[in-house]
Amino acid sequence: MSSTLTQSPALIPEKREITTKPRLSDRVFRGVVTSGGLSSLVILGLILIFLLFNGYSTLKSQGIHFLTSSNWQAAVNDAGQFDAKNSHFGIAAMLIGTMIVAVIAVIVGVPISVGAAVYLTFYAPTAIKKIMVSAIDLMAAFPSVLFGLWGFFVLESTGEYWAKLLNKYFGWIPIFKLPAPYVTRSPFIAGLVLAIMIIPIVTSISREIFSQTPLDRIQAAYALGGTRFAMLRAVAFPYARSGIVGSIMLGLGRAMGETVAVYTVLNIVYQVNWHILFSAGGNVASMILLKFGEASTYEVKALMAAGLVLFILTLIVNSLANVIVSRTGKSGR
Amino acid sequence: MSTIDKVTVPAPRKPWAASPIDRVKTAGIVAVAVLISWLVVAVTPMSGKLAYAVIFFFAYLVIDFVVSYRKAGRPAAMDSLFRGLVTTAIIIAVIPIVSILATVWIRGHRGLHWTLFTKDMHSNSFTDPVSQGGLVHAIIGTFLLVIFAMIISVPIGILTALYLTEIRGRFTRPIEFLVQAMSGVPSIVAGLFIYAAILIPFTKTVNGIQGSLALAILMIPTVARTSQEVLKLIPGDLREAGVALGGTQWRSVALVVVPAAQSGLITAMILGVARVAGETAPILLLTGGSGTKNYNVFSGSLGSLPNYVWQAFAAGTPESITRAWAGILVLLVIVVILFTSARILGSRKVGKK
Repeated sequence: MSSTLTQSPALIPEKREITTKPRLSDRVFRGVVTSGGLSSLVILGLILIFLLFNGYSTLKSQGIHFLTSSNWQAAVNDAGQFDAKNSHFGIAAMLIGTMIVAVIAVIVGVPISVGAAVYLTFYAPTAIKKIMVSAIDLMAAFPSVLFGLWGFFVLESTGEYWAKLLNKYFGWIPIFKLPAPYVTRSPFIAGLVLAIMIIPIVTSISREIFSQTPLDRIQAAYALGGTRFAMLRAVAFPYARSGIVGSIMLGLGRAMGETVAVYTVLNIVYQVNWHILFSAGGNVASMILLKFGEASTYEVKALMAAGLVLFILTLIVNSLANVIVSRTGKSGR
Repeated sequence: MSTIDKVTVPAPRKPWAASPIDRVKTAGIVAVAVLISWLVVAVTPMSGKLAYAVIFFFAYLVIDFVVSYRKAGRPAAMDSLFRGLVTTAIIIAVIPIVSILATVWIRGHRGLHWTLFTKDMHSNSFTDPVSQGGLVHAIIGTFLLVIFAMIISVPIGILTALYLTEIRGRFTRPIEFLVQAMSGVPSIVAGLFIYAAILIPFTKTVNGIQGSLALAILMIPTVARTSQEVLKLIPGDLREAGVALGGTQWRSVALVVVPAAQSGLITAMILGVARVAGETAPILLLTGGSGTKNYNVFSGSLGSLPNYVWQAFAAGTPESITRAWAGILVLLVIVVILFTSARILGSRKVGKK
């Protein structure tokens, strides 16, 4: 029964063109939005290029010594001109100082932040939780100059007292030794101020991660008769582990790049100082601010190179942190 | 045959809630811990607030541990120990906030004077008595800096967020990554960048717009990430409805998605402003700190609140320090107002106007 269907051509409507090709307005829209979206790439790229362009001469003339030497000297010859041969730019002392204050901040700040996040997520009554979360988020918006002034006028005296106690009872540990009895404006106090500055960030990220803990697992732990601590240990901590590590690194990144607060509370001395209670230290960011005021054109180039190092350093720490945070939930049972 | 006379609804019981006896016990533990800390400080050579706090802390933890252990064994004891630890953590986290707010008010309100809001500093120095001169110029400057930073960063931030939520092309993951990386750029690096890219080759001097550009760099990630969160919450139904009615993507985004997310996008903007309003480091490099009113961001040194605070602090006399705290107080009030309004706007349900 094979019969071919024949139809008069008049019955077939003209073929409509069905297309997935976007209209002009959509193409323009997509183009604009995509170019806006790529701006972050462009900006980061430009920062890298401009800092490299300006800092290149310093990096070239100093070579690896820029990172390994602790000598910062912008020499001027008899004619008052910049003397490239006798100038030395090395940021080792400030790099080490950056790490010291940032690590102190993390060691002091992280247990407090993670503890606070656990309290806010699993323990706090709703009313208290709301107030505390708002307060801590507000603290994240405090200007850094405020932390600096507060550290200088309020925390300084308390911090000195703590520093003396630490030196008295733990002075046998090398880092708590004092080469001379000066404890004002030490890396220890700068670290404490930075610790307070990273508390809001680390707390809010950890809180977000803890609040993503799957409810069924939490309830399963309780249903098995676990206490809250048992639940945290068996469910919440394994789930949040990588996220917490990431939030700690974000805090570290923030602490490494802080300028004004460190400049205010720290006695910036251009030397490597491992004695955290002693009144001398520095970090790259505050050193840039300190030297910028009276820097010559050539010294500015060296400062640009220092900025480049700081930029790359924070970029690496932050990128690692974000990779780790995004892996949250893939660990644990 | 029994009829049901009245239905008795059993009151919901909360066996996990603290009973009155538990409350008395907790109060007892606190009282004993206070007593111990007082005794130890009185007997031993230790002294000071720190000693009281530390001894109270340990005494409380130990007593609580022992009491729970006797009541329900080791798991319960560990539980109450941990509860004690996290409660301590939140208390320590809140102390600096309270201390900072109290300090700013106590030290700042002495410097508040009506001339602050009517005069500038062109004929006064920071060491003059507080009743002379003011910070009108700084408020104007901060306002201008922030407005221009907003004009630059808000479109870029929102476009980035739209790319991440609406277009989702092949750059989505890298851009998401880069935006997060950008939020970690130290403020001094943003300042150095603008210094290298604009001040050295072109202007060769300080002006306001350079500061705005640096602030915009710091603001873009905040705006982009907050907007992204908001746009994610817009239900897909709305987009599909827009397309089903024959709209192009452009029209459904512009007429449906963005209006629905309006309040959230404004929140993102405000949070961005709150983030940069007090930013100091790039301002110090780029804008200068004039004491006279300057309405032109494109030329001339522009004073601003962070700069005013910084200069007043650096001057170092009692009068100038009081000025610095007054400046901080004004700055903080601005930040708190911005933050609170962002909170109120943000707590509205997304999708409703």
